[in-house]
Parts: sequence; structure tokens; C-alpha cells
Amino acid sequence: MDQAEPLVQAFVFLAAAVISVPIAKRLGLGSVLGYLIAGAVIGPFGLKLLGQPHDMMHVAEFGVVIMLFLIGLELRPVLLWRMRGAIFGLGFAQVTLTGLALALALGMALDLPWQSALAAGLILSLSSTAIVLQTLRERGLDQTGPGRASFSVLLFQDLAVIPMLAFFPLLAPGSQAPQTSVLRTLAPGSPPWAEGVAVVAAIVLIVVAGRYLMRPIFRLIARTELREIFTATALALVVGVALLMEAVGLSAALGAFLAGVVLADSEYRHELEGDIEPFRGLLLGLFFISVGASIDFALLAREPVLLAALVAGLLIIKATVLFGLTRLVRHRSGDALIVAFGLAQGGEFAFVLFALVAQTGVLPGTLADLLIAVVALSMAVTPLLFLAATRWSERFMSRGPARDAPEAIAIDDPDVIVAGFGRFGQTVTRLLTSNGFRASVLDHDADQVETTRAFGYTSNFGDASRIDLLRAAGAERARLLVIAIDDGDKILEIAEEARKNFPHLKILARAIDRPHVYELMRRNVDAIERETFEGGIHLGIKALEFLGWRRHQAARAGRIFRRHDLRSIEELAVFWGEDTYRQHARNRTALLTNLMQHDLNVFSQGDLDSGWSKDASEDEARANEARGSS
Amino acid sequence: MARSVLVFLAHPALQQSRANRALHNAARDLPGITFHDLYEVYPDLVLDVKREQALLLSHDAYVFQHPFYWYSCPALLKEWFDLVLTHGFAYGRTGRALAGKPWLQTLTTGGSQEDYAPDADNAFTMTNFLKPFEATALLCGAEWQEPCVIYASRIADEDAMAAATSDYVARLRALRDGFAPAGV
Repeated sequence: MDQAEPLVQAFVFLAAAVISVPIAKRLGLGSVLGYLIAGAVIGPFGLKLLGQPHDMMHVAEFGVVIMLFLIGLELRPVLLWRMRGAIFGLGFAQVTLTGLALALALGMALDLPWQSALAAGLILSLSSTAIVLQTLRERGLDQTGPGRASFSVLLFQDLAVIPMLAFFPLLAPGSQAPQTSVLRTLAPGSPPWAEGVAVVAAIVLIVVAGRYLMRPIFRLIARTELREIFTATALALVVGVALLMEAVGLSAALGAFLAGVVLADSEYRHELEGDIEPFRGLLLGLFFISVGASIDFALLAREPVLLAALVAGLLIIKATVLFGLTRLVRHRSGDALIVAFGLAQGGEFAFVLFALVAQTGVLPGTLADLLIAVVALSMAVTPLLFLAATRWSERFMSRGPARDAPEAIAIDDPDVIVAGFGRFGQTVTRLLTSNGFRASVLDHDADQVETTRAFGYTSNFGDASRIDLLRAAGAERARLLVIAIDDGDKILEIAEEARKNFPHLKILARAIDRPHVYELMRRNVDAIERETFEGGIHLGIKALEFLGWRRHQAARAGRIFRRHDLRSIEELAVFWGEDTYRQHARNRTALLTNLMQHDLNVFSQGDLDSGWSKDASEDEARANEARGSS
Repeated sequence: MARSVLVFLAHPALQQSRANRALHNAARDLPGITFHDLYEVYPDLVLDVKREQALLLSHDAYVFQHPFYWYSCPALLKEWFDLVLTHGFAYGRTGRALAGKPWLQTLTTGGSQEDYAPDADNAFTMTNFLKPFEATALLCGAEWQEPCVIYASRIADEDAMAAATSDYVARLRALRDGFAPAGV
């Protein structure tokens, strides 16, 4: 099937994923393992339904690029700066120590010259960003202490790939620096410093354009209200950055990460996340499938013992170094276990780097192939290691005393998500934020968002009825969702979807009128407030004051009436049955008749204040007096 | 005879009150005892008189738990007395709703027990200060119990607080189970 139609290939991929991923998830193995198994099944050693896995992998690596863009989007520069110690301390120590330990072990075990051993050791010290982050996220560990530590190490590893690319060819006997960049290819005569200038220029371009150019562009696109064009812009941005970085010889993933960080402060962040997220998922799936397909089962059959020994050695050495280092920076043992087992596998850059060192003669080709198989196999066992590590670590946690674990830095932890930032949502948000709660605001009006951000609100552009946007705004970690938009049908839709997708969220909704209240009640919304009700009551209280009542009397009357009305909503609920909101909205006269009849029958406040009235006790006092005098 | 006990908790800032929260936490899950947190039920301070009277009728013993503010109770509890204990319901020829039922006042103070004496800062004894409550109970025909007072609740140490809460729990149990509570 080498020359298969692209559509057939696409179908094979999608079908394999659709069949294997849900099964793997159901078995508690996580999606990554599902994709890997699917890849192995449809790959050259299984059903032979795929073309060259390595060609595929090149396309699929774009999934990693998108993932780093999304990670960048979630990391505001301030937070990144706060993590600098972990990135350059823990990350640097991990790459050098693991690299040296692996080099030593490989050199002795396979009797390699030091150059080959060093290159292989450093390559194997890298872990798989794609697998680790996907698994952490799936297990809900991405915002925790070990999640952060893992991320810091992975980020440093991605940075370390750049010097490795430049440095490894120098290890080859009698070779010179390779032509790594397009620049060198296009202009072979250019001086050596030109490449450095190009790199700096590219980075400056990304930062400046991200800061000052992209926001107006996004605003313009958002005003067109064509969602697919917004998505296209976002994708074009990521692809463009990737191409630019590759042109100057940098890692595309790093460039995308940088672009993400630059845009992390923008109000379009959540919309971007929501739009790009599905591409990330699919392309990463493709990537994992191609890893599964590239596992050389023939080699495995020929050298099972050697491969098993190498994989076990790799995992043990990496995990040991990582565990020691993570403990050293004062993580708890349970957390250190997750980091150690999580990052023990080889990374996707190993495929590229091993190809490079084999090509330049630093490492014999057969050995490179063997090590590539080791990396692929180590990736395949990672989900299982994660499973073991989390189980084990839970046992640790339940025993050992919790001591000075570093606080997880909350990237995006709103208490409340407010959907809709009009007159209603603004009041809710102002009340909450002025009392110290963190609100994440969503509104579909780009101008509104622009204005409110000028006053320091963390509002974001987006249509709140989209679940992916709610998720991006932090729905998984927030405690409450306030639905404050003005479109009744949409409120119901959001309430329903949010209930389904985020069962932990308390949902508070704006209701348009009484029929709408019943619809919201039927959807088990936790708190319902009619948009005009309190205003009407309060103006009514003012009216009573103008009619000559004392203010306390008027205010009490208003509050008692309010209570009566809220109760009547429950009492009249029987009239509504299972009919829909819109049917009743048409029949407003019947509604009003019911309501006013109910007021006449039920409402009375005369006897509620009788404790303050003198009549009753006066009677008794007179009676006593009469008795006393007789 | 097992009684159903109703505790009226009146604290406008329960979130800041160490003692009242401790008492509440220790006692709220006791079977047969109902907590009625007035400031939580009536955030707008407008009482529902009918509902309160129904609650009184459906219970056999009453506890009023509150901080001791200016030698009396917080405002909402005072309003509760004014509006709920009406003539013809709680007192007067036909007002027998509370008659024969135990009434236990439980309060927390800032000052120590020694501060409540004729020659001390507060110039009167606690028994004197509580006379208005006692008189209210008497007029309603309820059985006034020896009050449960937790003195110096802000500075009491953990042991003293634990002793006070377990004493309170014992008093509530005694009310519920129909034994004569300690001190009467």
C-alpha cells in the first residue's frame, strides 16, 4: 500500500484510532498506548496498511509543534520566568548527568569509542515531550508539582536539541560543521556570523509581531465573525513560525512555543486554544501511531534479549538519575516517582538525532537502528510505567508526611467563569473580583473585550456556548460557572453542555423570565436569577416610599413580596408540566392571570409584623386591668 | 422521653467566631438535634414569622446559641424574640406554644468569668445580665435551664475549648434524652 491514496491512508489512520483508543482508555491504559498499539497493528510488521512510517512521522511531528504552541499559550511570560530555576537547574542537571551516565554504561557495555558513547548517551537522555505531556494531562497531573517539574525538564531538553544538532557532527573523525540551515544552503558563501544574526532576527520578529501585529489582526478577523477564517489564521500562524524557525536552523517546536508565550497575554488566547486543540489531538495521535508503526518487530524477534536489556537499562538509569535529582530539589518521594518514571523513555528527537549521527559517521548505522528501536520500545512502555508510578506514589502519599513540597504554580486557576460580559455579567464579575475571587470572563463581542481589558479584567474573546472554550477558560479547575449572556436559548444550551462536560461545576444562570426559570430548573441549574426581578422589586420599594411609607416598612414589604414570589415559582411549577419554554413564552396572558390570582390567594403580610403591633397585648392588658380592679 | 431539640444559632459573622464554630461543628451532627442558623437562613434579616412559629411547635426543647454582644444577643435574635414570640402564640391566655419545654441559653463571651462580678469591669453577674432572657422564658412558660456560658472564648486554649465543647454536647444530649441537665 505504498502508493495508497491519501484519503485511504487517512481512513486507515482514523479507523485505527477510533477502534483502539477507546478500548485502551476503557482498560485504563490512556490514549497514548492505544495509539501506539494501533500503529503497531496497522504498521509494516502488522497488517501492512501503511506506507513508510518515517515519512508519516515527519508530518506527525507537526503535532508536537502545535502542542508546544498551545503550551506556550498557557504560560504567560511571568510564569515562565518564575519557572526559570526548574528549567535551567533541574533540566540542565538531568540532561548532563543522565547523558554522561548513559554514555558510560553504553561505552562499557558495547565497547564504543567515547565520541559515539557520548553522542548516544546525550541523545538518549532526552524524553518524549509528546507522550509525557499528553499522559500528564490525561491523568490530571499537568498542573501539579510533578507535572511542572516534568515540564521544566522537557522544555530544557527541547532547548538542548539545538546545540546537539550543531555539536554532534564535530564528534565525527575529520568532519566539519554540517549545513544545517536553509540560509547556508541558499547562500553558501555567507560568513559564519550570518547564521547567528538570522536566528536573533527570527526570534525578535516573532516577539515583536506577536506583541504588536497579531492582536489587531486577530481583532479584525474576529469582527468578520467567520470562525473558520479565525482557525485558518491561527493555523497559518503556527505553520509560518515553524517554517521560519526551520529556515534559520532552529527547532520548529521551540519557535512555536515562543510564539505561544508571546500570545499568552492576549485576549484571543482561549479562542486560539479552542480552535487549534483538535489539530493538536489528531496530529499527536498520528505521531503516536507512527511511533507504534516504526517499532522494528523483526529486530525484536532477532535480538529479544539484547533489546530488552537495553530498554531496561535505559529506563533504570534515567529513572534513577531523575529520582535523585527531583528528591534533591525537595519534591516528595511520591512526586519524584512520577517524574522519574514519567520521563524515563527516549524522546522523539532521538529519531532525528540518531539519523544525523549515523549519517555523519559518529555512530555505526546498525547501532543507530538498534537504539532507535530501543527508544520506540521505551516509549511504548511509558503509559504502563505512568500507571505503576501513580499507583505507587498514591501509596507513598497516603503514608509519608507531606513536607515542604514546592507549591504548584497555578497557570490558570479561576474560581469562577463568567460567560457573557454584558450589563449582567459585569455586575456579577465586579462583585466577585472586588472581594478577591478570580474570574475568567468570556464574551463574543471583540470590542467589549477590548474595552474591559483596558480596565485590567482578564476577559477573553469567544463564544461561551462552545465547550472547548469553556475548557480553555479553566472550566475543569474552576468552582462555578456563571451564565450571564442575554440569549435565553443559548443559556439553556450552555447549562446543558456544561452540566454534561463539567459535572463538578456549580452552575449559576441568568434567567430571562419565569418560563425560562422553569426550563433552567429542569436542567438542574444550581442558582437561577431573573434578570429584571430584583430591579423591579427595588423600584417598587421606592414607589412605596413615594406613596408615604417609612423606608423600613417599604423595604420589608419589598423583601417579603420577593420571598412570596420566589415561593410562588415553586408552587406554580405544576402548571408548567413538560411543555417547552417557547410555547409558554407565547402564552403570556395566561401566565400573568395565574400569577396575579396566586398573589390574591396567598400573599398577605399583615400578620407578619404582629409582634410589633400593640393591638393584641392591649386587649390582654385591659382584661387584666379589669380583673385587678374588680 | 426523647425530645426533639431545636438550636437557634445567631451569629452575624460565624466565619470569624472560633468558639461558636467549634460548638456548632461539635454538635450539628448529633441525632435528634436540629440547628437553625438564623443569619444563614435570613441573609436579608427579614424573618418568616409563620415558619419560625411552626418550627417552635414541632420541637420539644430550645437552645439559643449566640455571642454575648453588649450584654445581650445579636440583633437578629432580638428581632426574632420581638416578632416570633407573639401574644396569643407564646404568651397570654391562649399562648402556650413553649409551655413546659426546656429553654437553654448558650453564649460565648470575650471577658473571663471573673470579669462578671459586682467589683469587676462588668459590674454585674452573668445571672443578672441574663434576667431578660430568663423572664422571657418564664412568661412563655418554658423551663429555664442553667445557662451554658463559654467565657474568654477568644483566648481560651485548645484544652479549655475542647472541654467547653464536650460540656455543650453533653448538655444537648441531656436535653434530648430527657434527663435533668446538670446544674438544675
